[in-house]
Parts: sequence; C-alpha cells; structure tokens
Amino acid sequence: MARAALLVLADGRFPAGGHAHSGGAEAAVKAGRITSAANLEDFCRGRLHTAGLVAGALAAAAVLGVDPGDLDAAADARTPSPALRTAARRLGRQLMRAARAGWPCDELDALARRFPKGAHQPVVLGLAARAAGLGPDDAAYCAAYESVSGPATAAVRLLSLDPFDATGVLARLAPELDRVAVTAVEAARRVPDEGVDALPAASGPLLEVGAEWHAAWPVRLFAS
Amino acid sequence: MTATGVRADARIVARADGRGGTALPVLDGDGPLALRRTRSAGCEARVMVVGAMSGPLGGDRFSLTASVTEGARLHVGSAAATLALPGQAKGEARYDVRLDVADDAELHWLPEQLISARGSDLHVTTRAELAAGARLVLREEQVLGRAGEEPGRLTSRLTVRIAGRAVLDQELACGPGAPGGWDGPAGLAGHRAVGQLVVVRPEFAGHPVEPQLLDECTALIPLAGPAALVSAVAPDALRLRRLLDASLASLDGRT
Repeated sequence: MARAALLVLADGRFPAGGHAHSGGAEAAVKAGRITSAANLEDFCRGRLHTAGLVAGALAAAAVLGVDPGDLDAAADARTPSPALRTAARRLGRQLMRAARAGWPCDELDALARRFPKGAHQPVVLGLAARAAGLGPDDAAYCAAYESVSGPATAAVRLLSLDPFDATGVLARLAPELDRVAVTAVEAARRVPDEGVDALPAASGPLLEVGAEWHAAWPVRLFAS
Repeated sequence: MTATGVRADARIVARADGRGGTALPVLDGDGPLALRRTRSAGCEARVMVVGAMSGPLGGDRFSLTASVTEGARLHVGSAAATLALPGQAKGEARYDVRLDVADDAELHWLPEQLISARGSDLHVTTRAELAAGARLVLREEQVLGRAGEEPGRLTSRLTVRIAGRAVLDQELACGPGAPGGWDGPAGLAGHRAVGQLVVVRPEFAGHPVEPQLLDECTALIPLAGPAALVSAVAPDALRLRRLLDASLASLDGRT
C-alpha cells in the first residue's frame, strides 16, 4: 500500500495516452475563447468544477468498490457528446493496459473482459488506484488534476503559451482542486446507500457541444 | 407577507379513454401552478400551465408531476415564461418536476423559458422516467436575467431514464455563487440562453440519429440509449428557441 503509487498514476509521463487529448482546449482555442493564460485559467476552472468533479467522484466510487458497470453507465449519462464518450473509452482502454502492467490483479482483468472497447477513463482510473492500494481521495485528486493539467499542457502547444504561465494557472487552481476532491469523495461515499444518482452531474454545455464541433474537423492536433 | 414561501403542487394523469383519445382523470393545480385543459389535437390531450401568481420566489416549493399511462398522449405547455425572483422568505426556491411515461404512451413537455432574475436563487430538478416503449419530447430553456440584467443563481438538473437506466443526467449551475468558471470558456462564455431538447423514440435503438452541428454552439447528438439530445447555447432566448425549433423540425423530417 504505497502512497507513492499516486505519483506514478498521476505522472504526465504515465503511458496512458492522455497527452493526445486537450480536454476541449483545442476547440476553445479555435473558437477564440482561450487566447491567454487568464482565460485558460477560467476554462480550466470551469472544467474542474464540471467534468473534473464528475470524473473525481466516479474514480472515488470505483475505489470504494461500487460496481464498475453501474459507474460506466452513470458516466455515459453524464457525457451526452458521443465524441467525448468515445474519447473517454479510448482513454480508459489505454489506461487499462498501463494499469495492468503496473498493478496486475483479477479486478482489472475482469473489467478489461467486461469492457473490451474500454470503460470510461475515470472508472478505470479508480480501479487502477484501488489495485495500487490507494484510497478514494487519491483517485479523486488524480482525476480532478487530470481535468485541468490536460488542457493547460495542450494550451502551451496550441497557443505557444509560456509554460511558466500554464504552470501558474495550475498552481492557482490548487486550492479549488482540494475542494473539488473533497466534494467528489463525499458524493462517492453516498453511492452505496443512494445509488449512482448521488454522483454529481455538473456539466459545461460548451464542453459537450465543442467536442462535437472538434470531432468534425478534418485536421486537428489533439484527439479530443 | 409570508416568511416561509408558497407551496404549490400540481398533478396531471393522462389515460387512454378507450375511444382513441386521451382523458385527464387527474388535473390538480392552483395558485402559481394552475392547470387548464385546452383543445385536444387528435388523440392527444393538451394542458396549459397558467401561473396565477408570480414566482417561484425565494423559499417557495413547487412541484409538478405528470403521469402518462399506456396508450395515452399528453402535451403540456405553459402560458408564459417562468420568472424566478428573489423573495421575502430565506433560502432558495425549489421547483421539482417528475414525468412518468408508460409503454406506448407519449409526452410532449414543452414549457416556456425559465428566466433567472437578478437576486433570485432557484434549484430545479426535472426527472423523466420512461418505460422502454415510451416516447418523449422535452424542452428546457434557461435564460440568465431579463434583458440586460445580471442573472440570479440557478441550478438545474435534468435526468432522463429509460427502463430504469439513465440516458441523460446533467446539471447546469450558473449565476452568482455558482462554482467558478460557469460563465467562462468551458461554461457559457458570456451567452445568456441555454437549452436542451430531449427526444426519446424506441426506434432510435436500432437507428440512432447521426451527430449534427447546427452551429458552433448547437449540436444534435445521439445519447447512450434510444434518445437524442439537442444541446444549445445562444446569445438570447429568441435565437435559442429558433435553434431548438429547427432541430426538432429536422428530427421530425427524418422519420
């Protein structure tokens, strides 16, 4: 039960394919909604409190042993955009490969068999954290952090933004990330009694619609 | 002046009348949620929500349930937009809508916009529970503030289940006090009208809609189940309605 496993799982170099996805930043840049570090921060803040909160709660619930099939269905209902559902499953499948290499176990094998095309990434993340002996709060932190680190890194490439500015954005969001992780875990703990409806369903309309717009482009830098 | 807010509960039950039409054995509502039966169209019964008071105001508790039983067809509209306003009573206002649609039944739930006025604090939940063979057209439009006005706080959760499985569960939170970034580039990006149109048809199970963009901020998308969603963000209520109407027309032209 090594806490340091969290560092392995949350490392940007962990080979789970996240670098190929911008978390909606590419669409927002093209639409002119992200032009600077200031509105990148606003974008990341919005994503943190919507997709990040939902992903954190799903991941925490998976660590707590909630049925991954129920969580995957809850993730589908909270992801109206088919482009985002496809991206989440692709990321889930890639994470599964890395997780099985790192923390091989029957639970991960069973999930891989049950979802050959991939389960939603936060569900896999939660089971990977569970396999690594981590807790629900660790998984929630990891998912919430990924919800902002992805777009921040992508914006550096998309806008030629100063990487120091992007790092500043992430550092300034840290206190809010703490609060989101706490809220996510509180919601996840209610699931055994109240079912998956207790999970947050916070949504950002432009994230969903923007993902569909992005998926229709013939040429793009990021997969989503 | 009340310090506790108004409580209003309205209930509609629609049932096939056995002669090819739809009867309304239950049509209960008053005050802010008064109900009127209007002229039927074919086999469909039509009900209009005619708010006889303003609101919801802070502290008010509204609930509306509509149940459409097997073989019945119900259309519910509203006479005017719903205007969330600040009230004398403390705390948020709540408006809970529960819709049940049975097999071979159809509900068109098409109220006018919900306008979140400055200083208001409203929490809306809309929950639709459908049988596997049920049909639904559901429109929700939120307008942030009256013309040129700052919005109030609005939280709106929409859940649609088919045969017990959620196909859509989305919560929108906006206005002062909402979690950060709601009006930023991942949220509404300065737009003041946001809407969703959910269409459930059993035939979508075998023939889902193709994703389609109506503009950069409006998409028609297949959900994970026999349902389609139009998600739209627009500068104002008029343009939002046009986008949703156009989307519904294109869906109707499809089948």
